[in-house]
Amino acid sequence: MKGRIHSVDTFSTVDGPGIRTVIFMQGCTLRCQYCHNPDTWNPSAKTAKEYSAEEITALIVRNSNYFAASGGGVTFSGGEPLLQYEFVREVLSRCRQQQIHTALDTSLYVPPETVRAILPYTRLVLADIKHIKAEKSRQITGQSNQLNLANLQLVNRAKVEIWIRYVIVPGLTDAETDLLQMAEFISPLDSVSRIDLLPYHTLGRHKWELLGLKYQLPEVDPPTPSHLEKIQNALQNVSGKPVYILH
Amino acid sequence: MQAWQDFIPGQWMLEVNVRDFIQKNYKPYDGDNGFLAGPTEKTNRLWSRCRELLALERSRAGVLAIDSDTPITITSHVPGYIDREQEIIVGLQTDAPLKRGLNVYGGLRTAVKACKAFGSEPDEQIVNFFKLHRRTHNDGVFTVYTPEMRTARRVGIITGLPDSYGRGRIIGDYRRVPLYGVDFLIQTKENDRQMLNPDMNSATIQIREELFDQIKALEDLKIMAKTYGLDISVPAVNAREAVQWLYLAYLAAIKQQNGAAMSLGRATTFLDIYMERDLQKGLITEAEAQELIDQLVIKLRLVRHLRTPEYNDIFAGDPSWVTEAIGGSGIDGRHQVTRTSFRMLHTLENLGTAPEPNMTVLWSSRLPRPFVEYCAHLSIKTCALQYENDDIMREYYGDDYGIACCVSGMRLGREMQFFGARCNLAKLLLFAINGGRDEITGEQVGVEMPVYEADCLDFEEILRRFKIQMNWLTKLYVNTMNVIHYMHDKYAYESVQMALHDSTVHRYMAFGIAGLSVVADSLSAIKYARVKPIKDQRGLITEFKIEGNFPKFGNDDNRVDELAVEIIKTFTRKLKKQPTYRDAEHTLSILTITSNVMYGKHTGSTPDGRKKGEPLAPGANPLHGREENGALAACNSVAKLPYHYARDGISYTFSAVPRTLGQTDAEMVKNLAAVLEGYFNQEAHHINVNVLNLETLQDAMEHPENYPDLTIRVSGYAVHFTKLNREQQEEIIMRTFYKRL
Repeated sequence: MKGRIHSVDTFSTVDGPGIRTVIFMQGCTLRCQYCHNPDTWNPSAKTAKEYSAEEITALIVRNSNYFAASGGGVTFSGGEPLLQYEFVREVLSRCRQQQIHTALDTSLYVPPETVRAILPYTRLVLADIKHIKAEKSRQITGQSNQLNLANLQLVNRAKVEIWIRYVIVPGLTDAETDLLQMAEFISPLDSVSRIDLLPYHTLGRHKWELLGLKYQLPEVDPPTPSHLEKIQNALQNVSGKPVYILH
Repeated sequence: MQAWQDFIPGQWMLEVNVRDFIQKNYKPYDGDNGFLAGPTEKTNRLWSRCRELLALERSRAGVLAIDSDTPITITSHVPGYIDREQEIIVGLQTDAPLKRGLNVYGGLRTAVKACKAFGSEPDEQIVNFFKLHRRTHNDGVFTVYTPEMRTARRVGIITGLPDSYGRGRIIGDYRRVPLYGVDFLIQTKENDRQMLNPDMNSATIQIREELFDQIKALEDLKIMAKTYGLDISVPAVNAREAVQWLYLAYLAAIKQQNGAAMSLGRATTFLDIYMERDLQKGLITEAEAQELIDQLVIKLRLVRHLRTPEYNDIFAGDPSWVTEAIGGSGIDGRHQVTRTSFRMLHTLENLGTAPEPNMTVLWSSRLPRPFVEYCAHLSIKTCALQYENDDIMREYYGDDYGIACCVSGMRLGREMQFFGARCNLAKLLLFAINGGRDEITGEQVGVEMPVYEADCLDFEEILRRFKIQMNWLTKLYVNTMNVIHYMHDKYAYESVQMALHDSTVHRYMAFGIAGLSVVADSLSAIKYARVKPIKDQRGLITEFKIEGNFPKFGNDDNRVDELAVEIIKTFTRKLKKQPTYRDAEHTLSILTITSNVMYGKHTGSTPDGRKKGEPLAPGANPLHGREENGALAACNSVAKLPYHYARDGISYTFSAVPRTLGQTDAEMVKNLAAVLEGYFNQEAHHINVNVLNLETLQDAMEHPENYPDLTIRVSGYAVHFTKLNREQQEEIIMRTFYKRL
């Protein structure tokens, strides 16, 4: 079985605990307006590299020293890693045999069966919430958030640790009522151990142009530190979960 | 004897054996940095005076003043002070701070040229005297160089050789002076002299003469100290004297020699024994202990030599490599971190960041966690530290070695090295393709063979040719070094540094290669892609067309990493075939200092796609922009390079934007410590750590006046970023800074 991989980053400190090797899988069905990796969308892109489960596991295991020293491990991201869940499951399974901490960074916009199939192999799910409101989710991603929220409940019930990731785009994802509604949704989810806020930035914008895509998001300035802090406090108060701002 | 009161006795009392003294008396410190004290009033006042002088020096093109009338020796200058009231530790190279002395013995021509470059005229009488009556090292070398050696040097296949500047890389065991006093050391040398083989041959005669010079140097050292009102014929009796005696010994070395790298050694654990004794007795406070180290470091930051502008191309930023090795572990399993290790590092906070002394943390899996965290914290804050793997070096050098220059290990007082700069292996590969003709000048330099003929470079054939050229180069390289070091010993002998060595020393001869990653990638391209050579009108191959992909060094890919390993092994084996001057042991470094920029300028396009004139990668780094799998994959590739075959060190520079290390200070410290641990556990040798934003560097290029202290690690040493020239700055900015969008 071969996996189609966009790229590998052996040194991440934001995609789970400790130092992570991140495998960016090729292909995504969402079309998020603020996506900074649109080059991962097309599942059959020629730039992707094919690896066998064995090869990619060998590459991951090479970094065991750093994992051990930092409490880190491997994170599958993308693209949407669950579009290739059989491959990902195979690699995660091999990593777990080697006592490597495993994580999945997923939108959860996938069928529940897929989530169920992969859950036994990951210790952590970095779960996106694109937007708590269905119509806004559709506006941002092109799809409703029904699957996303249902799957989140599913992961929660399976007692797999969850970190929520939420992108703050001023004017799009930062309405106070929406944020509070999201915090109330997250609050009863016992498996959620933290919420990460990702301030929107325009650094990925040039990639859209390189791919001949039209960047649809209107010109917005990245959120200010004080604005982010306000959101952080509000979410923390209502959800009762620690909220981090990632830079 | 008062000096040794309360010390645990041992062999060290009967003979010169500093290691034995340290092992018997030092106390490992497992705690954190909580005990450290800030700078005293005196230190603050003294350092602020120095900052004014340093600003003045910057405003005068980097040279504050030159004494061009007095050839500098140990005793040539009257005492100099910065601010006598505030100085706890005294002694300057000349009679005033930052005033550079004229060192003629290394080379008359060079000395004159250096003076003129900074608008000064050396005294005519001195110049004439040396011209008529005293040959200097540089002249000696050039009277003997063969035409082949001159050509190799001129086209830049072997470069940066210490034939026109002091070779440096010798570390006197300066600790001997405080521990024993100079008289004991003189007596020891006298005894050694009497024990020499009475059968006179050139080797014995040379040693007899050197011992004579060493004793004379020790006498001079005492005289110089006397001018400061200090009697160092006897051992130091307290911590202040220990620091002062140690510094005076070092000062004598930097008066007598302008070697490229003049390390301090490994002083902190030694000094800590004196500090602890005084602290126990209540003779000093922590603030006073720190003051001694702060004031020592102030002096080390003012070390200056007079250099030519050419020198700056290979060793940019006016470095002096006052390298101090800190930490490490003993062969008995105890780590060697003491409170004074912390105090030394803490000077970066008390005095602000600076490139000197070149603080080198000897990393060991046994280092106490709080110490590692403090180092990581300082790396993030200052970019001033480098780390070297004590766990692999200890096997070769025991537990009392120092680091000369950047990455060269040697037992203190027992081993020295003959420094040999480096050769340009990327250029040699082009010689292999062009039948030994230089791709820039077109002249025949290497082994003559036909220019490569086929349409596509064949791996086996190119490798065969490469090895033939390597046979030629290694032979020429060793022979050239033999000439240089014969002449250096003859005309610019480091008598005071060697006086602080055992009389019988082990010698290394340290060769170097530049362009490792370019050669590995080129061979990889030839092997795994199709590389078509393109000839110019001279019939030389000067461009290449590459079809297809190939693995590149720096991605933890064995297919190419093994090529890099093989190059190192082959080169070292070939070097070792060639006999050396004084039977020195051949070693090899993968280190470029900043010469990778200059080397690249003189190297044509290479089969890996690098264009003519573009910089080579520094040290053992992957070529910028070729790391596709992130920082740790690059670390893993470098970690595969075998230290056993590159005993003079494998330099790797890691640069990251702060946020990539973590979101909070605590997380950054933890993750950086984990990077070090993961890297060194794979038996990697060295890492420079830079943590800073690219924007900072870009802004510093435009507004250097706002960044007088901005320090960045380059290849095995740290420099003030604003003291680099524009090309060197641009090359640093080109280098891969690890960050994620």
